[in-house]
Amino acid sequence: MQNRASSVEKSRLITRRVFMLAAAKLILLGGITSRLYSLQISDREKYELLSDKNRIREWKTPPQRGFIVDHFNNILADNDRVFQVHLDLDQIKDFNDIIFKLKNILELSNNELKKIYREKERLKPWDTLVASDNLNWTQFSKLNLYLHELEGVKPVVSSSRFYPYKNSLVHVVGYVGAASQKDIERKDVIKENLVPGLKVGKSGIEYAKETQLIGRYGIKRYEVNSSGKRISQIDYIKETQGEKIKLTVDLEVQQLAQELLKGKAGSISAMDIYTGEIIAMASSPTYDPNKFTHGIGHKDWGEIRDDPLKPLVNKSIAGLYSPGSTFKPLVALAALEFGTIDPERPILCKGHKHPYELYDVKYHCWKKQGHGYMRLRNAIKQSCDIYFYEMARLLGVDRLAIIAKRYGLGSNILKDLYFDEKKGVVPNTLWKKNAIGKSWYLGETVINGIGQGYIQTTPLQLCLMTAQIANGGYKIKPHIIRDESINYESARLKIANQFVNETADFSNDEKFLVDRDYKLYERLYRDPKNIEFIKDAMFGSTNEQYGTSYKSRYDDVKYQYAGKTGTSQVKRITEEERKLDLDQSQIEYKNRDHALFIAFAPYKNPRYSISVLVEHGGSGSSGAAPLASKLIKKIIDRHSLREQIEKGSTSLA
Amino acid sequence: MLTERLNTRNYSLFEKLKSVDYFLILIIILIGAISVFAIYSTERGEFSFYTKNHLLRLLVFFGMFLVLSFVRITFWYKNAYFFYAVCVSLLFITLFFGLMASGSRRWLDLYFLNLQPSEIMKIAIIVCFARYYHRIQTAEIQNYKFILVPLILLLIPCYLVLQQPDLGTSILIAGTGVIIIWLAGLNIKYFVYSALLLIVSLPFAVSLLKPYQKSRILTFFNPDRDPLGAGYQIIQSKIAIGSGGFFGKGFLKGTQSYLEFLPEKHTDFIFTLFSEEFGFIGSIMLLLLYILLIYRIISIGFYAKSFFSKLFCFGFASAIFLYIFVNISMVLGLLPIVGAPLPIMSYGGSSMLSIMLGLSIVMSCKIYSQDQISNY
Repeated sequence: MQNRASSVEKSRLITRRVFMLAAAKLILLGGITSRLYSLQISDREKYELLSDKNRIREWKTPPQRGFIVDHFNNILADNDRVFQVHLDLDQIKDFNDIIFKLKNILELSNNELKKIYREKERLKPWDTLVASDNLNWTQFSKLNLYLHELEGVKPVVSSSRFYPYKNSLVHVVGYVGAASQKDIERKDVIKENLVPGLKVGKSGIEYAKETQLIGRYGIKRYEVNSSGKRISQIDYIKETQGEKIKLTVDLEVQQLAQELLKGKAGSISAMDIYTGEIIAMASSPTYDPNKFTHGIGHKDWGEIRDDPLKPLVNKSIAGLYSPGSTFKPLVALAALEFGTIDPERPILCKGHKHPYELYDVKYHCWKKQGHGYMRLRNAIKQSCDIYFYEMARLLGVDRLAIIAKRYGLGSNILKDLYFDEKKGVVPNTLWKKNAIGKSWYLGETVINGIGQGYIQTTPLQLCLMTAQIANGGYKIKPHIIRDESINYESARLKIANQFVNETADFSNDEKFLVDRDYKLYERLYRDPKNIEFIKDAMFGSTNEQYGTSYKSRYDDVKYQYAGKTGTSQVKRITEEERKLDLDQSQIEYKNRDHALFIAFAPYKNPRYSISVLVEHGGSGSSGAAPLASKLIKKIIDRHSLREQIEKGSTSLA
Repeated sequence: MLTERLNTRNYSLFEKLKSVDYFLILIIILIGAISVFAIYSTERGEFSFYTKNHLLRLLVFFGMFLVLSFVRITFWYKNAYFFYAVCVSLLFITLFFGLMASGSRRWLDLYFLNLQPSEIMKIAIIVCFARYYHRIQTAEIQNYKFILVPLILLLIPCYLVLQQPDLGTSILIAGTGVIIIWLAGLNIKYFVYSALLLIVSLPFAVSLLKPYQKSRILTFFNPDRDPLGAGYQIIQSKIAIGSGGFFGKGFLKGTQSYLEFLPEKHTDFIFTLFSEEFGFIGSIMLLLLYILLIYRIISIGFYAKSFFSKLFCFGFASAIFLYIFVNISMVLGLLPIVGAPLPIMSYGGSSMLSIMLGLSIVMSCKIYSQDQISNY
């Protein structure tokens, strides 16, 4: 019985314990359930996000840069397909080993290796390093062959800038290069679009119009497995191309201008005198912007940087020169406008034996034997310095400065488009006080009259000045990016419209004798007769005997132009030198005169203005005018083509 | 007096069939079916190697379960020690002749099956203890002599399995043994003492662990310690389960497992995959099925006449609970990752064999519930 009792007791005990255990189990189950609840319901979103992050990997594809085209829609800045190698640093276990393999496969040079290591120092461990961004096809296919041995190495087909006309437009269009930290900080749009190997504008239009050109990056979303291998593409938001930027430049004219400057240092600018469209803006020497796209080599960079002719300077807008005699038409115009000279008054130029004297300082004319008696028209035509010394003295520098500024000197004319554009200097008494801290001397006024002294201009400013004289004295807005709202007809109409409610009494309009702002197409002159006088004198300078650019004239009315030469001294001529009377070729290059020439064409019904500057090119008549002459022919020959494009006919594009 | 008298009687086939627990069979079939779908999903919806093998094993072992269910419970009683001895010997053989895989020697090559004796040991220990305690009076249980013997019986297989090394299975065997000792009625104070002793000796025990085991435990406490290394499994498993949400991502749509973020998804992490695809609701349903299974086994234990049957049923039910709890807690990041399969669901022949064997003994308890096994 005891056994039986014991058995019953045992059963009871085990039952009790089973229940206790069951209770414990339920508690534990509750724990599991609440854990499931917290993972799957409370924190669901967090884990969904993590799961997607696991599953989906995004690759940014580089944005497509917008094209830059000329007036005839020739593509000046194109995009080319390039083959690149990207290294995902976080996926590379042994960096040195991978680089060693890459070196053998791609036959990288030591310099390139150094560059890679330098780049790696700069990057964060999870960044992507662009080991090479311009492989040839052989290298690229070889790389793909060995890819299985190269974990973290990614061959990428990308697009990059390509300049088909190489060095013809580098100063206008600019070039691109890898985005630097400074670039990223400069523009948000660069930061947004930053992908490994992104190229951004470094100069010119490429730099100035980054926001429009850059485009928008694309996104490729891939489903990846745990080892990061792409399983399938989920999503592809295609990258977009940036805006097309259309320039006013005519490629052929530009190319000719560059060709004419070959071997020289200088600038040629050409402009439409009504629309302000810049047809050409050449600067020499030049360089190939394609070299910069994939990072310029040390040697190439050294060559460009150390070239004494300074290819990196865009001489048209960043080169400052004394305008020399090309300033004379403006001096004459100022004197006429202010009425300080009677154009019929003769002044005697007696040559070097009897120079112009002022307070015991002698001022020579360029012509040794002298010009004899000169009236204003002849003085412009033959560029007599004596006449202009006297005229400037009578005019005074402050009045001259008012007119000089009005016609476009002394200020940035392309505004903020080119960061390297220089303002130049149009001196007056106040300027000297502020800038130098000294009073103005009359002698400075005298040499200012022949475009020497403090006055500093850029070739493009001279081109604008010529344009605004040539168009009859109306303000225009020079521009190099095509503006659809501006065309020849509308410009003429706006010029004409300002006279509708105004009966023109030109004799005593004082408001044209003060320094003030002028509206677009507003008349800049007091009396149109004065403008006509200057234009006529410039005609004489080129097309009449004894004119300084008579040799470069065209007899054909179609090409006939009016111009003014300029020869600007870079160094004061001492008395001894004057006695030696050296030919320019006998003088050291850096001391030779700059040759300048300004012109507008055709003389009858003018449409274009041009300025030529050849550094140390000798006299304006022999060093600059012939170049201008050739370019003018080209521009006029292409005039009707240009008009057709302007009117919307793209059949010629 | 010491000869055992077995109080047996004859059952007709009809009686036997009538007393079969069809409800239990239904639950087993349901869980089995779910497991096939889950394994099918690990293969991205392809009926290939794992799915085929799993289905085949399920069918074979289910058949075995049905046949063995009609083995008389007294058979197990009589051969309990023998069964235990065989299993210990197999473990011993495994240590020397076992198949080596990923750093441990756990399997015996039986040509048709790579047998993992430690899995069978999980059942053998229950049978052995049930037999042992069957004879012992309540009063005697507290006696040191009767505490020492089961402890030794338990430590031998635990030690052998630990030598393989297989910490997970060793812990499961130990846990099972301790639960049965508890069910048998050992005074609660011993459990409290040993728990205290365990805590005190824990630092010492940790120093004996293999470096990877240590790292697993450290990682459990802080999975972010090494997110791509040892913590990877826990983090990825939690992501998979969490991202499943309430309704799950849908059958065959579990991206975590599909894209191979889940380690060992066929075996230890099968619940993760299931939970990712079927969500909270599916996981709860599966848990409920397991609860029903356990409940059914316990109720069979209640109706069994012999103490042996009772103890086996209760012990086995608790063991199943332990396996489930350890496995699920592990994949939920509640316990460190130790190899512990989910009963029936996980891919693996030995684990399936062991569960089916246990279930057949339970069924035998049901069919022969009227069998009295005398103590003397």
